[in-house]
Amino acid sequence: MPGQEQQRPSRREDEVEETPAVPAQANAKTSESDADVDALLDEIDEVLESNSEEFVRGFVQKGGQ
Amino acid sequence: MTVRRVVGIETEYGISVPGDPGANPMLLSAQVVNAYATATTGGRARPRWDYEDEAPLRDARGFEVERAKAHPSQLTDAPGRSRRAAPNASDVAGAETEDPTMANVILTNGARFYVDHAHPEYSSPEVLTPRDAVRWDRAGELILLESLRRVAATPGLTPVTIYKNNTDGKGASYGTHENYLMDRSTAFGDVVRHLTPFFVSRQVFTGAGRVGLGQDSREPGYQISQRADFFEVEVGLETTMKRPIINTRDEPHATAEKYRRLHVIVGDATMCEVATLLKVGTTSLVLSMLESGWLDSSPAGRLQLSDPVRALHEVSHDPGLKRLVRLRDGRQLTALSVQRAYLEAAQAFVADRYGADVDADTAEVLTRWEQVLGKLETDVLSAAREVDWVAKLRLLEGYRSRDGLGWDNARLAAVDLQWSDVRPEKGLYLKLAERGQVERLLAEEDVRHAVDHPPTDTRAYFRGECLARYGPRVAAASWDSVIFDVAGRGALQRVPTLEPLRGTREHVGALLDRCETAEELVAALTG
Repeated sequence: MPGQEQQRPSRREDEVEETPAVPAQANAKTSESDADVDALLDEIDEVLESNSEEFVRGFVQKGGQ
Repeated sequence: MTVRRVVGIETEYGISVPGDPGANPMLLSAQVVNAYATATTGGRARPRWDYEDEAPLRDARGFEVERAKAHPSQLTDAPGRSRRAAPNASDVAGAETEDPTMANVILTNGARFYVDHAHPEYSSPEVLTPRDAVRWDRAGELILLESLRRVAATPGLTPVTIYKNNTDGKGASYGTHENYLMDRSTAFGDVVRHLTPFFVSRQVFTGAGRVGLGQDSREPGYQISQRADFFEVEVGLETTMKRPIINTRDEPHATAEKYRRLHVIVGDATMCEVATLLKVGTTSLVLSMLESGWLDSSPAGRLQLSDPVRALHEVSHDPGLKRLVRLRDGRQLTALSVQRAYLEAAQAFVADRYGADVDADTAEVLTRWEQVLGKLETDVLSAAREVDWVAKLRLLEGYRSRDGLGWDNARLAAVDLQWSDVRPEKGLYLKLAERGQVERLLAEEDVRHAVDHPPTDTRAYFRGECLARYGPRVAAASWDSVIFDVAGRGALQRVPTLEPLRGTREHVGALLDRCETAEELVAALTG
């Protein structure tokens, strides 16, 4: 999207440990439909707020019911 | 009645000003509600909410909390300082602009759109079927979208973004509540006993998915429910603190001797239509089994969790759906097995009571319940077309594997948030829906029609049609009343609507058609 630079970390930066929150089964299944998902991600990339860090930090709510 | 039951869904939407996290949420919410109201009523005086029959401190366990001991947030019958039980005609004009907590509109579709705490809240009209619950819940999304557009188009107003979610990921949570009318004679102890295991386990298809574990997202990871971590007790009256799995608010907005309103606060705001259908439909079925005593003699009726609050959190923290929850009798089961037990009880119940005469709404819920559980049992991600948390997980796993992201990466939290953005050009759920990647139950024009039109088979029809036809003469309204200010009458004329199954099109359609003015209607009603 013009004027919106995607801030996508490159693979080499990722020395993040896998958390066990999501099962291996889910990961395996994702790779099977890679093409589908990639096309989808490309489209989502275009609308995802460009500065995620700031976007997420700025979303502050007062509690409700 | 099986899945046919008087039901409504209320949703507090998240609201934000990009770049200004400190903006006053109450004023912003009022701005949103008022922008919509002004656009739809042309700025003329609007009916106010009638608080006459509200009783937020009445407890289903058979007592009433003392007002002095209640938390101010519980006093939902007295917002603002200048509240009156029934408004005078002179109060109506312009009052909303002075006190943001009074921003409060009753829509021609029978819904209430107002500011609750620090959020714009849409309370759907009363509906009778799970499909209609989906329809008028989705109409709410369009109403919030239209409000946002109106705000953006009005010079001097601060543009906002609006989210159909339940947490900011920093410790705040806001609710999506379901309301079910049920038989007053059902013992509340049975409601607690049978619904607790059901609610703990139903997240597997009602969860909206959430990046972050713990109320303030202290630990990185992904969990099934937006709301689960905010529940701390098993049973209670509160909705803003010490949130209970079973809420005891006993404010039926209907004939109290006949009905109990079950106020369910443990659910997530769902965007997937199938998930919303199942959330309402399966709960309605369990209530029917409860009312008839069917659960007492079925295996599902013997499922008692040894620690429900802990189980609620554990199930939410286990997207693999393999974790076992402990029962009081020593057995350990997965959430899916618990759901299976309820499904099997419901299948047997419907077969026993209705056989081949089962209505289409009930049959649909049973079929989809079985299908979704089957998918979740075989391969979690195969439910990505029906279930929010699975669809969101699929997207997040896509990012994680493509870009090698850990769960603490802000982009994943951004996806989570933007999932529920109500703008079709920004909202990720809406993007998926547009691409045909989630299943839709309703045609878009059906949903659009529900923005302005009430359901025809509940009292919401009377309320909505009175507003549409005689709006300027309606001084106030509520779930159980419509109050007219008509020429020739000194006092306001209050029409009680305590029976939710009266005031339908069948019941009052001809009367409304016959009465061109509110004066004629009031004359006809008062004989």
